[in-house]
Amino acid sequence: MRIALFVTCVNDTMAPGTGRAVLRVLERLGHEVTFPAGQTCCGQMHFNTGYQRECVPLVRKFVDDFADAEVVVSPSASCVAMVRDHHRRVAEVAGDRGLTEAVAHTAPRVYEFSELLVDVLGETDVGARFPHRVTYHPTCHGLRMLGLGDRPQALLRAVRGLDLVDLGGAHECCGFGGTFALKNADVSVAMGRDKVRQVLATGAEVLTAADNSCLLHVGGLLSRARSGVRVMHYAEILAAGDRS
Amino acid sequence: MSGATWLGMPAFPEAARTALADEQLQANLRTATTTIRAKREAVVAERADWEHLRAAGAAIKDRTLRHLDRYLLRFEEQATAAGAVVHWARDAAEANRIVVDLVRAADADEVIKVKSMVTQEIDLNAALAAAGITAYETDLAELIVQLGDDLPSHILVPAIHRNRSQIRDIFRREMPDAPDDLTDDPAALAAAARRHLRRKFLTARVAVSGANFAVAESGALVVVESEGNGRMCLTLPEVLISVVGIEKLVPTWADLEVMLQLLPRSSTGERMNPYTSTWRGVHPGDGPREVHVVLLDNGRTDVLADDVGRQALRCIRCSACLNVCPVYERTGGHAYGSPYPGPIGAILTPQLRGMRDDPVAASLPYASTLCGACYEACPVRIDIPAALVHLRARAVDATRGPLSPERTVMRAAAWTLAGPRRLAAAQRLAALAGALLGRRGRIGRLPGPLAAWTRTRDTPVPPGQSFRTWWRRNRRGTAE
Repeated sequence: MRIALFVTCVNDTMAPGTGRAVLRVLERLGHEVTFPAGQTCCGQMHFNTGYQRECVPLVRKFVDDFADAEVVVSPSASCVAMVRDHHRRVAEVAGDRGLTEAVAHTAPRVYEFSELLVDVLGETDVGARFPHRVTYHPTCHGLRMLGLGDRPQALLRAVRGLDLVDLGGAHECCGFGGTFALKNADVSVAMGRDKVRQVLATGAEVLTAADNSCLLHVGGLLSRARSGVRVMHYAEILAAGDRS
Repeated sequence: MSGATWLGMPAFPEAARTALADEQLQANLRTATTTIRAKREAVVAERADWEHLRAAGAAIKDRTLRHLDRYLLRFEEQATAAGAVVHWARDAAEANRIVVDLVRAADADEVIKVKSMVTQEIDLNAALAAAGITAYETDLAELIVQLGDDLPSHILVPAIHRNRSQIRDIFRREMPDAPDDLTDDPAALAAAARRHLRRKFLTARVAVSGANFAVAESGALVVVESEGNGRMCLTLPEVLISVVGIEKLVPTWADLEVMLQLLPRSSTGERMNPYTSTWRGVHPGDGPREVHVVLLDNGRTDVLADDVGRQALRCIRCSACLNVCPVYERTGGHAYGSPYPGPIGAILTPQLRGMRDDPVAASLPYASTLCGACYEACPVRIDIPAALVHLRARAVDATRGPLSPERTVMRAAAWTLAGPRRLAAAQRLAALAGALLGRRGRIGRLPGPLAAWTRTRDTPVPPGQSFRTWWRRNRRGTAE
């Protein structure tokens, strides 16, 4: 299958390894991956912070960049949720019928990485090997907006050598919340520290998730605490251990 | 006894900081929310048709709100025919004036009160006190709040921020007839409150209540409670005055049936609450001789005019959203600066009070990570995250013009993200800055606007090569 990668601005800048990992896994499974070069951002930060007008050009750009794609994959649950649940609202706010139609065309083709693997491609064992103790935090937008359910864990369980341990209070938000982390930094950090406590209680070496933005927050706290726990997007775990 | 006030409270982030520093409060909140969450989950799980019930609840409320004008008039007609007197109040001042006049007309200088959110909203007790009328809260938790000269911090359990030894101290200090050897045993505390209140029930001539629901087809009001104190107030006094928000209507008794399945499970985590009282007009020789209903707008029709915000009017005040909210769990209710705390408060208060000249209300739409736990728990499917984001947009649009630091950053970000070349240039800049500021791959504490992030969190140094650069160098020529 020919699959267009929407890497997202955060991954592009802060975690390019996550984009390369998606590429590696999909190519290993025999698919062709394209990277529409004009892509930038889904507009989530602007939309969620109240800058809906500023968000309109970003949505317009997104539907243009991916207009020709049959299937789009993104390693960010919150960006996929933005596209799927909110691009339509942005088009409404813009009062642009053409944009509304373009969103209706594009949004349903955009999949979070685990949705693409499990639902579209029918894969749970992607041939990875990662001999480490890992715990998975289901980030809120993946959990509640996309309803990812057990998909990421199913993929992780099939990884050779990987010891997947349950995270206590997994369904609780880590406290990142985009600009919430700055506007309400104290509450954000209080929530993050509780998440850190739960992570440390698992004895895991690696904390993984479907959103690098949440991992930047929890990982930042883990690092400041000198915990020794690494954070990794689960795509990087699925890409590990192949010989290519 | 009504010195405590919401006026002059700090905006959410600052109030939250104070709450986070209070270890006793943190412990009290955690214990209470954890317990009630588990109870709710257990009784909700019993119902295979829970999602259908939620959808039905939302649909009933939406239909009511769509034809609110009609249902209100129907209610008035039916209630009046049954012998009640219906009053219309545009705002808090008007409602308070009506209630004060009615109490005076009854020649009373005290009233007993059924727990009611709407009378908190309009600050009725203060208005009564100003008119020389003493209001006695009879709900146990409201009594604790009132005796402690405190403010409620939860819709259902207003004294959730107190534990039982704090309650014993309040009773010993403020309740004149509390026994000297009062312990913090819950049964002993309840017995002390019962003795204290019973005298009031038997002597008060006027009662004031709210209502959980108002049934349009019959002009009946409904109060749902746990303690039975409400029923005492509703049946013993001669005059009963009920202040009712106009969104409390349901069209028919059949609609009420859905609501009474949703509300107790969502609020107290019970299949059914112990006391459900309904009344309609007056009945010679039985119950109050005078029944008044004050229908209150107080900003609700403005909320109704907002196509996204109006879903807040579906709220049945169950508190499920508070109990599941990770932000509420850490800040408690006082931080929200309003009798309506938690996620529902964060969308209701800014709409009822307006955000323009109210920094507390304007801070509330941002008091959420948008995690969605509230939406998942809401029995009438209020999409609180969507409403929060919508109100953020209203807040931003209301202050367009003057350039704030945030607006500058947002505009700069939008400009940068408008094209891949600009983004690539910004990424090179970020990598350069990271290389300058970072040590061993990490960026530590930074001054200025970045302190809010870096004071507590490390940041990885942005890699020297972004994904797009890597792609260009390694995959150029691949079909795009």
